[in-house]
Amino acid sequence: MAFYLASREIWRNKGRFFLFSLVIALITILVLFIAALAQGLAQANKEYIEKLNAELIVFQEKVELSTTTSRVGLDKLNNLRRIPGVADVGAIGFSSASLEFSNQQNSLDVALIGVQPGKPGMPPVFSGNSIRSNRGYQAVIDGAIASRNGVRVGDKITIKTIVGSEDKFYQLDVVGITDGRQYFYQPSIFVPFETWDKIRPQAAEGQGQSNLVANVLAVKLTNPQDLKIMAATIESQVSGVEVVDRKTAYESSPGYSAQQSTLNTQQGFTLLIGILVIGGFFQIQTLQKVPQIGVLKAIGTGNLIVAYTVILQIILVTIIGVAIGSISTILLTLALPGGIPIMLTGNTTILTIFTLLMIGPLGGLVSVRLALKVEPLTALGM
Amino acid sequence: MEPILVTDAVTKIYETGNLKVKAVDQVSLEIYPGEFVALVGPSGSGKTTMLAMLAGLLNATQGTIRIDSHELGKLSEKEKTRFRREKIGFTFQANNLIPYLTALENVELMLRLNSTNSKYCREEAIKLLGRLGLSDRLNNLPKQLSGGQQQRVAIARALIHDPSLVLADEPTAALDTERAFQVVQIFSELIHEQKRAGIMVTHDMRMTQYVDRVIQMVDGKIYKIINDRAEIDALAAGGRYEAENTTKKGEIFEMKENQVMTLNNGLLAGAGD
Repeated sequence: MAFYLASREIWRNKGRFFLFSLVIALITILVLFIAALAQGLAQANKEYIEKLNAELIVFQEKVELSTTTSRVGLDKLNNLRRIPGVADVGAIGFSSASLEFSNQQNSLDVALIGVQPGKPGMPPVFSGNSIRSNRGYQAVIDGAIASRNGVRVGDKITIKTIVGSEDKFYQLDVVGITDGRQYFYQPSIFVPFETWDKIRPQAAEGQGQSNLVANVLAVKLTNPQDLKIMAATIESQVSGVEVVDRKTAYESSPGYSAQQSTLNTQQGFTLLIGILVIGGFFQIQTLQKVPQIGVLKAIGTGNLIVAYTVILQIILVTIIGVAIGSISTILLTLALPGGIPIMLTGNTTILTIFTLLMIGPLGGLVSVRLALKVEPLTALGM
Repeated sequence: MEPILVTDAVTKIYETGNLKVKAVDQVSLEIYPGEFVALVGPSGSGKTTMLAMLAGLLNATQGTIRIDSHELGKLSEKEKTRFRREKIGFTFQANNLIPYLTALENVELMLRLNSTNSKYCREEAIKLLGRLGLSDRLNNLPKQLSGGQQQRVAIARALIHDPSLVLADEPTAALDTERAFQVVQIFSELIHEQKRAGIMVTHDMRMTQYVDRVIQMVDGKIYKIINDRAEIDALAAGGRYEAENTTKKGEIFEMKENQVMTLNNGLLAGAGD
C-alpha cells in the first residue's frame, strides 16, 4: 500500500522528483569527486612507499621522518644485514630531476630515485628488464611516463639536474617499465644507486662524500609480522636511526595528514549539506501535503502506511539520484585526461555510495515525524 | 429494524486554560439504515464537532457513540483507524481527493486500504463512477476534474467499501448551486438505495429537500428535529423560517445569532467548526 502510494505520487510528479534526484546526483558527484581526489592525491604522494617491497624503512633519527632531510650512510647496510630476522636491505636515494623531450614537448618533473639492483627499493619490472649494474646509465621508468609520454623500452631519455647553478644533462637507457610508482606527486625514474649519487642535483660538483649516503634504507624482514619487534631491534643495534613501517613513513610525509584531513572534512560537510538539503526538500513537500495526509488518515490510513510512504519516496529518490551521480562520476573520471590525481577505488567508492544512500532517510526523518503528527481534523480544517 | 448509529447524551467539552467550552451538549440521536439526515445550524453550533466524533476523529468527553454495535469510546486509536476505513464513508468540504491518484484510483484507494481490491470490486468502482456520471473521467487526475466532479468522486469513494455510516461535511460548500443540487441528489439516492445511514452537515438549507430528517443544532444542543416531509420541504424552500431567519427563500441559511443563541459559548466552540 505504502509502495503503491509512494510510486504513484512519484510517477505523477515525475518532473519534480526527477529534479530532486538530480540535486542528489550532483551532491553524489561532488562527494565522490572529493573522495576520489583525496584518494588520488594520497596515492600520488605515497604510491612508491606504499608499494615498496620492504616492511620497514630506516630513517636518520631526529629528522621527523623526512625523506629529504634523512641521511643514512651505506656503511650501515652491513650492520643491518647481520641482524637476525632481516632478510635484505636496500639503499634508496630521492631527488628531483626533469625529463627533457627532444620534440619541444614541455619537460616533465620526475622523482629521480636511486636504488640498488635486486635489493628492496627496486620496483618490479613489467616490461623490459630490470637494472643489472650498479653504476650504468640505465633506467626503469614509471608506467605513467610510459603511457602518457610514449616512452618505450630501448628509448634513450634525457634527464636534467642542476648542479651548482648549471644545468646538467644525462642520457639514460630505458631498460624496463614498472607500474605506477609516484613519489611526492611525481612519476619516478629509477637508476642504479651509484649513478644516482653522481647525477643527482647537488650544491656543487664533486661534493659527494667519500662514503655513499642514502636517504633511507628499505628493510625486508624474514617474518613480515614482526614489524614492531624488528623496528625496535634495529634501532637498538644500529646507532642514529629511526625505523618505521611503510604506513607511518608516508603518513609523515609533508602535508599528507593535513591534506587528507582537509579533504575528509570537505567530504563530511558535503554529506551534511546533502542531509540538510534532502531533509529540507521533503519537509517542505510534507508541509504542502498536510491536507492530503489528513484525508488519508481520516479515511482510515494507518500511521505506519503514511510513514512508510514518506520513507519509501525518500529512498527511491535517493537511490535514483545516487545512481545517476555515481554513473556520471565514473564516466567523468574516465573522460578526464591522465595526470589529474583522481582515483576511484572500489572500497572507498562503495563506502561513499553507501553513506550517500543513508543521507536520504536520515534527512527525511523530520518529514516522517511531521507526517505522523498530522492531525486529520486540523488538516481538513474541521 | 436496528439503528446503525446511536448516540447517548454525547458531550464534547473543549478546555483552553480556565475556559471550558461545551461544543456539543448531551446529544442523543438514532439513525436507521437507508436514512439520510441533515445536521444544520449556525456556525459554532457544534455540528462539525459532532460529525468528527461520529467519525472517531475526536473523542467524546461524555456519553456514548455506538455504530453497528461498536462503541467508539472503547476502541483504541489503531482500532478506530481500522473502524474508519471499514465502516465509515467520509466526504469533506474540499481537497477531498488524493491529487496524484486518478478518479478511479481514488475510489479504489478505499478498496486497497481494506485489501478488497479484487477485479469484482474494481468493476463495482467503475460502475459506481458511471452511475455518478463519470464514466469518461475514470483516468483523469483531480486537477482535471471540476469541483462537482471531484465531489462526486469523493462520494463514490465514501460508498465503495460498503460502509455502515456515511458522513458528509458540507459537500456543497465549494460548488455552485446547480452542481450542489446534483451532488446531494445523487448522494441521497445512493444512500437510500444501498441502505446506508447518511449524515450531511450543511449550511445550505435548500439541500434539506433530499433528506429524510433535519436535525437542527444550536449551541451544541439539538434545537429541533424535523421529521415531517412537508415541514422539511418548507424549510428547504425557506418559507417557514423566513420570519426567524435573515435569509430569503432559496438563499443560504444563516441564523441571526442574537436571536437564537442564548449563550455565547457555542461560537467559541467553533475551533474546528
